[in-house]
Amino acid sequence: MIREFALIDVLYLVAAMRWTLALTAIAFIGGGLVGLAVALLRVSPLAPLRWIGTIYVLAVQGTPLLAWLFVFFFGLSILGIEVSPWIAAAASYSIYAGAFLGEIWRGALQAIPRTQWEAGSSLGLSLAQQLRYIIVPQATRLAIPPTVGFLVQLIKNTSLAAVIGFVELTREGQLTTATTFRPFTVYLTVAALYFLLCFPLTQASRRLERRMLHGAR
Amino acid sequence: MSYSFQFRDVFAAWEFLLDGLVLTLELSLVTMAVGLAIGLAGAAARVYGAPWLKRAVAVYVEAIRNTPLIVQLFLIFFGLPSAGLKFDADTAAMIALSINLGAYTIEIVRAGLEAIPKSQIEAGQSLGLSPVQIFRYVIIFPALKMMFPALASQFVLLMLATSVVSQISAQDLFHTASIVQSRTFRDFEVYAVVAGVYLALALVFRLLFAGLYQLIFARR
Repeated sequence: MIREFALIDVLYLVAAMRWTLALTAIAFIGGGLVGLAVALLRVSPLAPLRWIGTIYVLAVQGTPLLAWLFVFFFGLSILGIEVSPWIAAAASYSIYAGAFLGEIWRGALQAIPRTQWEAGSSLGLSLAQQLRYIIVPQATRLAIPPTVGFLVQLIKNTSLAAVIGFVELTREGQLTTATTFRPFTVYLTVAALYFLLCFPLTQASRRLERRMLHGAR
Repeated sequence: MSYSFQFRDVFAAWEFLLDGLVLTLELSLVTMAVGLAIGLAGAAARVYGAPWLKRAVAVYVEAIRNTPLIVQLFLIFFGLPSAGLKFDADTAAMIALSINLGAYTIEIVRAGLEAIPKSQIEAGQSLGLSPVQIFRYVIIFPALKMMFPALASQFVLLMLATSVVSQISAQDLFHTASIVQSRTFRDFEVYAVVAGVYLALALVFRLLFAGLYQLIFARR
């Protein structure tokens, strides 16, 4: 049935944003856990652990997110499990975000001067304590602006979950297009809604970065 | 439950997948060239242009960078025909990817241009160089050198992002993969193989960019 694109459709699209946000949150939490592990592997004193971290980042940053979504959604059925779009998306986004967050956080950890670690160890702190009390608190400050910046990438990339039938903002846009036949208006609205989510974060990331540069001087 | 992996059907379709790979490469290379052109022109306008031009470029950059590529693609491929602009899938893909990459490139190039110390430009002025000469001899080379790594990784990300054009049925590598999938029902195998091909491409592009960097910048 074809009907006009009306206010109710805009409201449906706005309502679908909650699934975009939910997926972003899942991806950020899952990706954060993976990313933490990756960052620690990458700064590990043991070379084989560093290699594992490096290979992981290289592999994930060298393959399209779409491929991960398809492997999990279509591919895992070979194990005889019915994979829901939720599971496939959560797994894919955690793997994907983990590689990028891991690299951001590794950069922040490595930006802390070697002497800070040495000062910790000369005080008799263990490696874990050095991380916990000296390195991580300082690295966190450095990591926040790029992490917020990556959050924007993540929100935008949740749109790809639409292709495995996950009903978030983009998928809702496709469904609305199918009933109203107004693709231009619908996708422009969808784009505007993404912009409303992302632009404030982009600005915040920039502001934080500037403030940090001034703080460092 | 046990499953035996079966790559034979996937490899049997290699000629078909190769056609997709060719389009993926074409899309990537054309987009990189157009994106770089947009990036250089846009960044120059953003840094040295008239105030209205600066604002126009800023609006373009923010609009693109804060919306998903797939929505931009849908807007151009599905949306623009209602405004009388109809493209085939390949053309729409190329336009969307170029517009997208252009915005990211502008930001990278702009950062490179702005990183040139003011004293360098003043030194050029005191030698009596014209603004064009200063841009040509003082600014652009060190700026390009500085922005090269960021550009290279953006370009690799772009190459991977071309997979999204499969969603408007452009016959790229990813789209041919889903056709092979529907013919052979070897879901896992086909996507694993294709992911491997993308990974290989990403590594090749990184190596090429690293080589290019050595060739252009290392000896000076």
